[in-house]
Amino acid sequence: MSARITRDDVAHVAALARLRLDEEHLDLFTGQLAAILEHAEDVEALDLSDVPPTSHPFPLVNVARPDVAGPTLSNDDALAAAPSAQDGRFRVPTILGEAP
Amino acid sequence: MSAGGARALDLARDIAAGERSAVAVAQAHLDRIAEHDGLVHAFNVVTADAALARAAEVDRAVAAGEPVGPLAGVPIAVKDNLATRGVETTCSSKILQGWVPPYDATVVQRIAAAGAVVVGKTNLDEFAMGSSTENSAFGPTRNPVRTDRVPGGSSGGSAAAVAADFAPIALGSDTGGSIRQPASFCGVVGVKPTYGLVSRYGLVAFASSLDQVGPFANSVADAALLLDAIAGPDPADATSIPQAAEAVLPRLDEGVAGLRVGIVSELLGEGIAPDVAARVREAAEALAAAGAEVVEVSVPAVTYGLSAYYLIAPAEASSNLARFDGVRYGLRVDAPTTNEMMVATRTAGFGDEVQRRIMLGTYALSAGYYDAFYGKAQKVRTLIGRDFAAAYEQADVLLSPTAPTTAFELGAIADPLTMYLNDICTIPTNLAGHAAMSVPFGTGDDGLPVGVQVLAPALGEVPMFRAAAVVEAAAPAPAAFEIAGSK
Repeated sequence: MSARITRDDVAHVAALARLRLDEEHLDLFTGQLAAILEHAEDVEALDLSDVPPTSHPFPLVNVARPDVAGPTLSNDDALAAAPSAQDGRFRVPTILGEAP
Repeated sequence: MSAGGARALDLARDIAAGERSAVAVAQAHLDRIAEHDGLVHAFNVVTADAALARAAEVDRAVAAGEPVGPLAGVPIAVKDNLATRGVETTCSSKILQGWVPPYDATVVQRIAAAGAVVVGKTNLDEFAMGSSTENSAFGPTRNPVRTDRVPGGSSGGSAAAVAADFAPIALGSDTGGSIRQPASFCGVVGVKPTYGLVSRYGLVAFASSLDQVGPFANSVADAALLLDAIAGPDPADATSIPQAAEAVLPRLDEGVAGLRVGIVSELLGEGIAPDVAARVREAAEALAAAGAEVVEVSVPAVTYGLSAYYLIAPAEASSNLARFDGVRYGLRVDAPTTNEMMVATRTAGFGDEVQRRIMLGTYALSAGYYDAFYGKAQKVRTLIGRDFAAAYEQADVLLSPTAPTTAFELGAIADPLTMYLNDICTIPTNLAGHAAMSVPFGTGDDGLPVGVQVLAPALGEVPMFRAAAVVEAAAPAPAAFEIAGSK
């Protein structure tokens, strides 16, 4: 199927997922993810060339409700659980100027 | 009164008739929780005051002659990944600890409208990721039948609550077996309804194309009662089936004469403990004795279900769990920039199994690997659907074990892949979007409960429950147990 997942791959994936792994977890997860992915290679025994993918149990397309206004959360309710809020908005640390 | 063993149907009938007090019923269950939950740890939070107030309201309505619902005064436990307005909802994760939702999940609204009394929120594997309830940030739940054993997972708290008579019924969620496998381990009934039959609105999303809310109960009839109360279309869930749900409870006693029951041959051989397989064959004999036509059927692709599931579910989870970023609710670990804050928050807030699945999913979806992993898994999903469709031309319902073994000891399984093998019999149903339920049927050689799984095609709940009722009636009487052990 593909080359065995490496420690560098795991570090890269962790960064994509906004997780920081210490050295011990990098080693642990590299081994565990490799074992899980190796097990998944059993599907190589199947001929999947003409099989379409299924992403969802039912073929749903653009389910929409009537465009009618209904009750929604109040601003206070929506902000009640925020770690930090100011002037009716969620407050976060600096965004601009940092590396992506 | 004591809480011991009362059925929801009996309680609701007696309470609605004014023959029993809902407050007394609630208090009896709260007393039992107070006595035993220190050891079992089925609950993350017990809502005693709210439960007694709610029960008093039911008693008042009965006395005033006002209509009460089909679950009038029935205590119920709710898995802690279902949003409850004003009551902390944690998913057993540090990242949501302290979160108090501003709204109720649709199923929580429906059980309230039906008159049920919520006694608390139950423990789970963090974000429903696990098969033993050992992955909870707040400590494991113990199996009340034998407290050195796990209750299964991820809805282990709900299964344990029902087995321990902390509540006659409970709500769980099932993404790959998280209702059925703990039901099997704890000796109770657990139902994974057809995808879309029950609203997911307010269920904290794990894998959106697989998740489904469903009932736990101490009897097939009580499970039907609860399913009928929560099933049906919901405008707030775009994936809910738009047609009205067919009531199951009135059809329960129709029997299985002429019903075609298929034993899934792939799920009775390798990887299944012989004592568990023996109980499934005995359940099949009981169905045949009751007039069903029992045949053996083959569903070859189910053997690849595990491989497909452990790419698809983590892929969806990696996307769903991106919302936990320290901005709008839940944990925030402060840092100089937003990106650093998100990394610090997620690293501190998610446990190992959740981090593992987020990374597995992120990898399976990442550039260069998408076709090799996620794309192939989606094709296997198609094959599983096709093979089930072929099997359902030969049979109306299918039969298999729910789990490959009885409940294992706490701490016995450390390797993630070995833990995932618990789900081999339950995963294919989620991938297909079908219905399935676990019914207790005797015990294994170790004296612990065995669950038999009855599977049905989409919206096949009525024949599934009819078969389950016959299996239940033929099952050996469960052994009485005392909740005992040390923490």
